[in-house]
Amino acid sequence: MGNERTAISKIKKTLGENAISEERVFRNETTLVIRKEFILEALRLLRADPDLDFDFLSDVCGIDWLGREPRFEVVYNLYSLKHNSRIRLKVNVEESRPSLPSAVNIWPTADWHEREVFDLFGISFEGHPDLRRILNPDGFKGFPYRKDFPIR
Amino acid sequence: MRELEPSEHALERFLERTVLFTTLEKMVNWSRKSSLWPVSFGLACCAIEMMAMGASRFDVARFGAELFRASPRQADLMIVAGTVTQKMAPVLKKIYDQMPEPKWVIAMGACTISGGIFDDYSVVQGINGLLPVDVYVPGCPPTPDGLIYGIMKLQKKIEKEPLRRLWAEKTVD
Repeated sequence: MGNERTAISKIKKTLGENAISEERVFRNETTLVIRKEFILEALRLLRADPDLDFDFLSDVCGIDWLGREPRFEVVYNLYSLKHNSRIRLKVNVEESRPSLPSAVNIWPTADWHEREVFDLFGISFEGHPDLRRILNPDGFKGFPYRKDFPIR
Repeated sequence: MRELEPSEHALERFLERTVLFTTLEKMVNWSRKSSLWPVSFGLACCAIEMMAMGASRFDVARFGAELFRASPRQADLMIVAGTVTQKMAPVLKKIYDQMPEPKWVIAMGACTISGGIFDDYSVVQGINGLLPVDVYVPGCPPTPDGLIYGIMKLQKKIEKEPLRRLWAEKTVD
């Protein structure tokens, strides 16, 4: 258990001290808030470094903090089968430019996770091979998990 | 009236035992209602009750409707069991259209009938706008006995159906 500390120090060493804007540990779950411009490099490092080896992307999900600025947040939940450890990365996304680099080249499973975030929150992923709706019908208007989406 | 020969008595007794007079309509409807083949179309928790209805405890085979088919082309009854989402609606319609006539539809459960608790953007608010529903079985979910009762109601309906009914005229309410 627990190469989260190694992960934090490696990210800081490789990407610089200000890549991580916040780190939290709650009930042994480590959460790092990463600045948007560093997110892809941070994910790639966590995947590729043999000491970290986060080879499983459990989930990518979105959060809409309506009324807060920046409004959106995207959460990456990672798991390392080899080290049996988990880490959570969060990125803030502004409403004016709801876009992030795609992690498909790092974990192929990011394909459908990112499509889900796109479908429900309208956050697009640059470099995604096939970014279209996954849960709602193709002709659907709007993004239903945004807090200002009418329930019917 | 002349006396019957002994051999003729025998013939009469034979006919009494083996010949049944009825109308073609009654005969056809009897065979239709006694062997309903439902298409497996479970969408949510109602499907569990539908499976229970098919299994040994409730045993819908007693009413001649146990042969769940995986292909709509071999089925004549569609039990829509569960929440129909907007995304599922075209699939539902396509499978119904692939079923050969004559065919019937049972709307099982609150979601299928009216959208149920899912009064929102993603769920079809009742399938009667998509398919011509014959029997509604309410409940959340309906019990297997409730669904069997629905099938018996449908059988009563099939018994009374005119043979010359044009299926293409069947409309959606």
